[in-house]
Amino acid sequence: MEYLLHILILIGIYSILAVSLNLLVGYTGILSMAHAAFYGIGAYVAALMALRLDSPFILNLFLAIIGAALFGAVVGIPSLRIKDDYFAIATFAFQIITFSILNNLVDFTGGPLGLPGIPQPEIFGFTVSTHIEFLILVTILAAITYWIANKIVKSPFGKVLKAIREDEIFTHAAGKNVFAYKVKIFMIGAGLASIAGVIYATYITYIDPTSFTIMESIFIISIVIIGGAGNLKGSVIGAVVLVALPELLRFVGLPNSVAANIRQILYGGLLVVFMMWRPRGFVGEYKMDA
Amino acid sequence: MLVSVEIKNMNSLLNIENLTKAFDGITALDRFSCDIFENEIVGLIGPNGAGKTTLYNVITGFLECDKGSITFEGKDVTKKPPHKIACCGIARTFQDLRLLKRMTVMENILLSFQHQKGEGLYNVFVNNKEVLQQQNDNLERALSLLDYAGIKDKENNLAEELSYGQQKLLSIICCLAADAKLLLLDEPIAGINPEMRERILEIIKELPSKGKSVVIIEHDMDFISHLCDRVIFMDAGQKVSEGTPEEVRNDPKVIEAYID
Repeated sequence: MEYLLHILILIGIYSILAVSLNLLVGYTGILSMAHAAFYGIGAYVAALMALRLDSPFILNLFLAIIGAALFGAVVGIPSLRIKDDYFAIATFAFQIITFSILNNLVDFTGGPLGLPGIPQPEIFGFTVSTHIEFLILVTILAAITYWIANKIVKSPFGKVLKAIREDEIFTHAAGKNVFAYKVKIFMIGAGLASIAGVIYATYITYIDPTSFTIMESIFIISIVIIGGAGNLKGSVIGAVVLVALPELLRFVGLPNSVAANIRQILYGGLLVVFMMWRPRGFVGEYKMDA
Repeated sequence: MLVSVEIKNMNSLLNIENLTKAFDGITALDRFSCDIFENEIVGLIGPNGAGKTTLYNVITGFLECDKGSITFEGKDVTKKPPHKIACCGIARTFQDLRLLKRMTVMENILLSFQHQKGEGLYNVFVNNKEVLQQQNDNLERALSLLDYAGIKDKENNLAEELSYGQQKLLSIICCLAADAKLLLLDEPIAGINPEMRERILEIIKELPSKGKSVVIIEHDMDFISHLCDRVIFMDAGQKVSEGTPEEVRNDPKVIEAYID
């Protein structure tokens, strides 16, 4: 039972990551490879605040969001000036830099040893500690993330984002400040991704830099693409499929060492299959009526 | 065919002075100057590579000029970014026909309205009556524009599902939605059927009476002669000739440029 709840919690965390990345990749058409960095920044901000200052969970969550969004601005303002593939490469670089900093700033982040003993969230005097309680917490935060993302994509603001995805030059000529829109949504995406980091840190109670590598970024991108870029429900479906599917391997009776490697093959294989036969993912839409 | 030569009440809408733009040594615009007045239709003609589209790109801010100045309604708009220029009231179409192809016809028009409060991030989360009111007004205006253009039945079609001619028509309708005072049309009838050509001609013809000025790049001289009060002939980035369509057509310098 605990095991099942654990999977559901992970699905919740990855839903938040995928929904927030979908705002960038699926709706605005900007491929960010740095999503795991913002996920990590959220986790580290919350963990350090809780460990060093003993500050309350809600405040940590709030500061993590603000911190990640500000980092989003720092990364986004220079890199969003460049286009398409070059932007992806710039965010890739930021992802690598973030990992290096987390890994090498030993005094502050604990370096490769990570940060153990992160306190569990305490919300208005109630400590979230069991799996079921965490599941409730992650579900609430995922629902809020989804609500915010949905509100954004349905609004005229969101229509401009889609227009940027469809034709940046047309949108610019139509009087929209394309660059400002991109920076705003990049900051929002970063802020929302950090929520997942905060939950992860307080749930596992231990973080180290290896949880926030480029592989993690690629995994989140896979969820968005396989679920369906430009569809928020798709991101949730993608999270369910990509988190749950490898778990099934455990029950086929493969030795653990083999199963772990097959995971990677499975993700890569799925991505190739989808790219070839269903590039819009499960429910992705380039048709309207989002 | 009689073209009124007397220029109307000479109110300059767009003033271009000595505009110069070079790409790696190739001069696309060479000290180009001109005036566009209120409520007139001006044809911009010239051989391929004369710098016509470059001129549009510089006016609308997609390219930065090296020298010269652009003044619109008395305001200096030189080197302003495209979105600011669009907000000032200059709308354009593109030679290679740009639209939001995988969005609906309606969405294309709705995006083109200027100063939409709902496009601000703040208003995403705050239900503001003013915003809703504006959106409803825009929706109504969009419907009447579609009706006017005769493609009301296509409202919910994706832009890419329209015929090529209808797409060109839609791009002009988007300029109307922007409520721009100056429309820069880049080959609005190239490659479309005669029926659609007539419809576009009718729409452009009516624009001056609605307080709008139009500049048209077009190779079809019949179309230009029909519509334009004034024609500017460009070659190698320079203004070679200017006058009524008749005058320009018979200008020896123009004939020479085409023979070269």
